[in-house]
Amino acid sequence: MISEVKEHFHGENGGGGTMTYHVEPKKAQDGAPQGDLLEVSMGPHHPSTHGVFRMDVVLDGEQVVKLKPVFGYLHRNHEKIGENTTYLGSMPYTDRLDYFSSMTNNWAYALTIEKLTGLQAPERAEYIRVITAELTRLQNHTCLIGFLLQDMGALGTPLMYAFRERERILDLFESLSGARMMCNYMRFGGCRVDLPAGWIEEALLVVENYPRFLDEFERLLNENEILIARTRGVGVLKPDLAVNAGVTGPMLRATGVNYDLRKVDKYGIYERFDFRVPLGEHGDVYDRYMIRVLEMRESLKILEQALPNIPEGPIIDPKYKVRNFKPKAGEAYGRIEGPKGELGFYVISDGSTNPYRYRVRPPSLINLTILEDMCLGQTIADAVIILGSVDIVLGEVDR
Amino acid sequence: MLPGIDQLKAKIEAAVPNARIEIIPNDTPAAQPSLLVNRDTLLGTARFLRDDPELRLDYASNLTGVDWPELVTKEKVKVKKIVEGIEKEVEETIEKNRPAYLEVVYHLYSMALKHGPVIIRARTDNRTDDTHLPSLTPVWRAAEFQEREIYDLYGVIFDGHPDLRRILMWDEFTEFPMRKDYVEPDDYEYEPTPHDDVLAKTKCHWPSMEGTTGR
Repeated sequence: MISEVKEHFHGENGGGGTMTYHVEPKKAQDGAPQGDLLEVSMGPHHPSTHGVFRMDVVLDGEQVVKLKPVFGYLHRNHEKIGENTTYLGSMPYTDRLDYFSSMTNNWAYALTIEKLTGLQAPERAEYIRVITAELTRLQNHTCLIGFLLQDMGALGTPLMYAFRERERILDLFESLSGARMMCNYMRFGGCRVDLPAGWIEEALLVVENYPRFLDEFERLLNENEILIARTRGVGVLKPDLAVNAGVTGPMLRATGVNYDLRKVDKYGIYERFDFRVPLGEHGDVYDRYMIRVLEMRESLKILEQALPNIPEGPIIDPKYKVRNFKPKAGEAYGRIEGPKGELGFYVISDGSTNPYRYRVRPPSLINLTILEDMCLGQTIADAVIILGSVDIVLGEVDR
Repeated sequence: MLPGIDQLKAKIEAAVPNARIEIIPNDTPAAQPSLLVNRDTLLGTARFLRDDPELRLDYASNLTGVDWPELVTKEKVKVKKIVEGIEKEVEETIEKNRPAYLEVVYHLYSMALKHGPVIIRARTDNRTDDTHLPSLTPVWRAAEFQEREIYDLYGVIFDGHPDLRRILMWDEFTEFPMRKDYVEPDDYEYEPTPHDDVLAKTKCHWPSMEGTTGR
């Protein structure tokens, strides 16, 4: 039996209108098709889509037989705006890409321009960058787990615990840069301001207390029956497909592929720190949850090594100039390991004050490529969790 | 280890029939030169880069569309000429025409061998009626959404893409906003204290504002 489904979300050649297509309904185990197909448009305003994001889902009973993500609700053509402003002018705007982790966004952009111009961040700035990036990773992963549990129906507790800890890190960012989330902290060849007095001690205190929270979190969740029942074997992603689809970050490592840019590219001064790359085995939602917990432990390890060893010295390359900043004509692609995956910037310079082309490689968007593959055959309630485990921020998906 | 850019060019030209590769230099400190691949052999080149045991570029990290409108540059060149029977050096301006085209840049890495990037580029014939390029989605799934984005914002049509439709703009949108000659819609809204660009717009909409500073 073939059911007809009206498809509203695209027409031919990108034009509008409705078209009808045929879907072979998924056979039940005894071979008989199960009833009619139902099309659900989930979003754009839905508590579990983490922003204005829509999934057009075709359901057979509770099972997903087709899923198309629809985005663009937050599109403001970040890249065009980047072309119309100066190199430095884009720096505050990178904060708004993935607004959970502005420090790593700043770093990725600064790193690209440093590649393009040959500026070199001094020792102290490199340390500050590693510290702020790892703090960002900590709070991003903490919140993600909170949101994931929220999606599973654990309303309140895990998310509020996560936000409590995140606030401590955001306090550090605020005293450092003046803003909790939109830090705008890094510059080409260094950082904007030096650490305030007593900041390192404060940060050490946060790092010291963090494992206690993680222990509590893990005790609460790791062997929780509901969490295991909802996540084990759900949304399995195979390593070959993950690599081919350009999935990066914790999503990729949960499938068992060892690819962490902190180890591969050794950008900044990551070579000096002793840390491991946790790898998953099954590539399901549970592994993605566990990878994040383990990565937080590794981030703490890096912080423990970096914080007491910050050298004195300048925080910005003396060759960097704010006004009339004109890189030589050419291009550069720079990338770092953001909390969500490989965050890359690609800049083409024509020798003027504005970039000729300014491109962001958004890990959130590209990790969504395989959303449909992970959700097919799962129930609609599981699709919500799978989306939650991908870790998207719509500011970055839509740009 | 990844072979040098010249060896890479030779390797591709030896393996892919009819491939014509041009090296695009990059003299910035980034030192990331790229290979311009002719579009008829792009798909074959991509397959070769992915499957060759020495390269194994299994990961297409980043796809970028770039718009290059027609550009006329004037260059002064000294030419020897015979003027009134005497040979003289005369300065002449030569006009150089860069044809218009859309370009897609592919940043490729290898996750298996942990090297990269290999940067390849492909160009369409022009910006108006022949903006076709072969889709690399059959080679790397990673290209699926990124090609849709390039189609959406630049208008490059990727032949062989399974689901080529707009991704960020809405379906009814007809233009390509990332092109250099895209004109933004006139979205003027009243502002009590306009300045700069907004003041210029205000003067168009409210001619009585002419001659004021806007305050």
